[in-house]
Amino acid sequence: MPDLVAPIAPHLFILDTDGAPVLLGGRDRETGRITFPAPVDEERFEIVPLPRTGRLWSWTVQRFRPKSPPYAGPESFEPYAVGYIQLGDVIIVEGRLTQIPFDDLRIDLPMRLVTETFVLATGETRTTYAFTRCSGR
Amino acid sequence: MSDVFIVGAGIHPFGRTPGRSGLQQGVYAVRAALAASGLAWRDIQFAFGGSDSAGNADTMVSELGLTGLQFINVANGCATGGSAMFGAYSTIKSGEFDLGIAIGFDKHPRGAFDPKPADWGLPDWYGDTGLMLTTQFFAMKIQRYMAAYGISRQTLAAVAEKAFANGALADHAWRREPVDAETILASQMVSDPLTKFMFCSPAEGAVALVFASEKRARTLGLSGVRLRAAAVRSRPAGSFEVFSPSLDVERGRSPTMLASQAAFDMAGVGPDEIAVAQLQDTEAGAEIMHIAENGFCGDGEQEAWIAEGRTRISGRLPVNTDGGCLACGEPIGASGLRQVYENYMQLRGAAGARQVPGDPRLGYSHVYGAPGVSAVAIVER
Repeated sequence: MPDLVAPIAPHLFILDTDGAPVLLGGRDRETGRITFPAPVDEERFEIVPLPRTGRLWSWTVQRFRPKSPPYAGPESFEPYAVGYIQLGDVIIVEGRLTQIPFDDLRIDLPMRLVTETFVLATGETRTTYAFTRCSGR
Repeated sequence: MSDVFIVGAGIHPFGRTPGRSGLQQGVYAVRAALAASGLAWRDIQFAFGGSDSAGNADTMVSELGLTGLQFINVANGCATGGSAMFGAYSTIKSGEFDLGIAIGFDKHPRGAFDPKPADWGLPDWYGDTGLMLTTQFFAMKIQRYMAAYGISRQTLAAVAEKAFANGALADHAWRREPVDAETILASQMVSDPLTKFMFCSPAEGAVALVFASEKRARTLGLSGVRLRAAAVRSRPAGSFEVFSPSLDVERGRSPTMLASQAAFDMAGVGPDEIAVAQLQDTEAGAEIMHIAENGFCGDGEQEAWIAEGRTRISGRLPVNTDGGCLACGEPIGASGLRQVYENYMQLRGAAGARQVPGDPRLGYSHVYGAPGVSAVAIVER
């Protein structure tokens, strides 16, 4: 089992039996529309696991340190990539992209969900979700 | 139902004015608009005004005069100015009053905006982990659009180059120096594919427009431009907006498409009749996409349009003739009215060095902002 530090927020993702993360969406019981993160309204929204792989729908690189608040990261800053990933025919989810050179980023790249350690300005760490390139192709 | 005329316009220069508050800039713009139309504050029956982060518009009455007029504050993000104008338009059209004013002003600190997740109905982790930046949204929207429709980085640079060239000709603009495409492309990357010179910056400024019914304008002996359409629309299902942790797979239309269609229907004119357009250019890519979203061309045609210089002041459809947000900066509450101010000047032939040739008859303006709101106005000489 991976050493899991506290998640950045509850109900964002779970770990399945292999220790792999699964994002949790909310399915509107009336319309069937799925959104992420799942709205906190169990009467209206059913929690559904989202597909773990998909394709890069769009991307950019955050080149400057965002203002705090709301950004909770440390003063020292390294640029990071963010993107939208289309997970099957279900939903397009935004997230940080990890362990992939910026120059390799291109639309339609196959991606998979992973966890990533996020360091807070206080030095504490949290687990968040991110996407990385599918290996073995 | 009366036709609505803009009979006066005033602007406080955009950019940075240390020592003058946003409200004071608003008062300056009101006085300029009144002076331009030969009216006094006591003549004004109603006002709509607002800012995003520079205070309550109605407190201006302590400077302008305690006349007891109806003064409604407007707060609608980037569409604050457009919404103030919509209020003035509807008020006169309905016959409730026949002489009023719309005011937009703002003053933002330097650097990117720093929104708070809770204000947008979002959980804290979204801001904590560095996803809550408008710059990321704009970059990812144009990134996908470029791949889908063959728009080049050179075209992004050409849009910014035109903005600074036009800004150099506009007295109210902030950036008054031309910047060439090579410098724009080589400047610091902010959020790929957009460089520093391709983004507008939060800034300061104020605009006031005086509105009158057709009858009242005639009685006062004021000429002006006719407001043919004013439409504000929010986002429909499947649109792609700022601060969206997820999107629907089934893509839909945008608030801009809805507002544009409504305005064209209201005015009874088509895109090919527009002689000058001011389109939201938060960054260079936004102008490119908004040319298509507002119905002026098909997706992807912008690459050829811009290479041919069609959107320059001398072109078939001059776009952002005062340099837009790229050259004027973006005081959120004032931007939408600046666009209408610019069209007012263009239609009256009063735009000086940046005047569009050929006596333009119809002007079009469009603002867009978070969390998915667009306002479109069409004015006619």
